[in-house]
Amino acid sequence: MHRNLSAPGLALALFLAPAAYAQPTDRPPAAVPGETALPQGVALGGAFSLTDQAGRAATDRDLRGRWALLYFGYTFCPDVCPTELQTMAAALDALGPELGERVRPVFVSIDPERDTPERLADYVALFHPRLIGLTGSAAHVAQAARAYRVYYARARPGDGDGYLMDHSSFIYLLDPDGAVRGLFRPGTTAEDLAAALRRRLP
Amino acid sequence: MPAPALRRLALTLAATGGLALPLAAQEAGGIAVEQPWARAAVQGGVGGAFMRIENRGAAADRLVSASSPVARTVELHATVRDGDVMRMRPVQAIDLPAHGAVQLQPGGLHMMLIGLNRPLSQGERVPVTLTFEHAGSVAVELAVQGAGAGGMAGHSAMPR
Ligand SMILES: [Cu+2]
Repeated sequence: MHRNLSAPGLALALFLAPAAYAQPTDRPPAAVPGETALPQGVALGGAFSLTDQAGRAATDRDLRGRWALLYFGYTFCPDVCPTELQTMAAALDALGPELGERVRPVFVSIDPERDTPERLADYVALFHPRLIGLTGSAAHVAQAARAYRVYYARARPGDGDGYLMDHSSFIYLLDPDGAVRGLFRPGTTAEDLAAALRRRLP
Repeated sequence: MPAPALRRLALTLAATGGLALPLAAQEAGGIAVEQPWARAAVQGGVGGAFMRIENRGAAADRLVSASSPVARTVELHATVRDGDVMRMRPVQAIDLPAHGAVQLQPGGLHMMLIGLNRPLSQGERVPVTLTFEHAGSVAVELAVQGAGAGGMAGHSAMPR
């Protein structure tokens, strides 16, 4: 993680780096493999103001009332993002319709320049019929990413639309009040994510 | 580097009703490509392609480039995990030791199809031409799987 500290152009003091502070004692006894402790004394989550894949305004308040799984990524990512979105989708399917319906899967773009609502609409449909895609202005996306301590940076100077993004890759579990209740590292399996949801959802 | 004639592989596909059944190894010039597959993707976007490439020859070789009629360009990439940050980086070539093999798979080495001029839909096949330093051009067909597939259907999942 040390290398990240020298990455340019980011408020890296805010970057979520659980490995740096997660003590074994932080870990709730019910944690599944891949789950990481919530940061202590660090606000995680909060208000955002974005646009969904249908072009409608969407804020954190629109996610209230149900549990949610939140993932930050970009549609021009052929490797990591599809894997994590598939994990979310498969976990919800594994819960069955009744329990699964109680969780909203949400994909938030950290590449608003290319990820228009139209593009998100095509993309999210590939993964889950209920997957919500969120994007917005660069400023609004940055604000949302900051709230969730998401690291993202353009990795390669854009030759047109060919640039790549580096990004942290956590799945966030939000409760119906919008509070972050779980944090899952990249590579968490759908089975483990489903097991964590079964334990959390009353 | 000499430019050997494109060795079009005999793709003896039984009529499979459009199902993306696994192909037998597609081989040319001592290079065997097994289970080439891609993830479903949207038009205008990018696609990931994965496969096992085996060098059955007695000399080392390198995969130096790839191309496809469905993509503006195809790049060779490696995904690198740095803590919980995922980074994707282009690589110049993929080395194939003599009598060795390399696995392209999610989370590791992969091909990135950039600028798709049409969607990649689950169940179809998509042509890609691989160019090796010594073996020359090898044409393969990618079996398109689900957008978030971890491996080819009907095979043990790729380790993640
Ligand atoms: Cu890539």
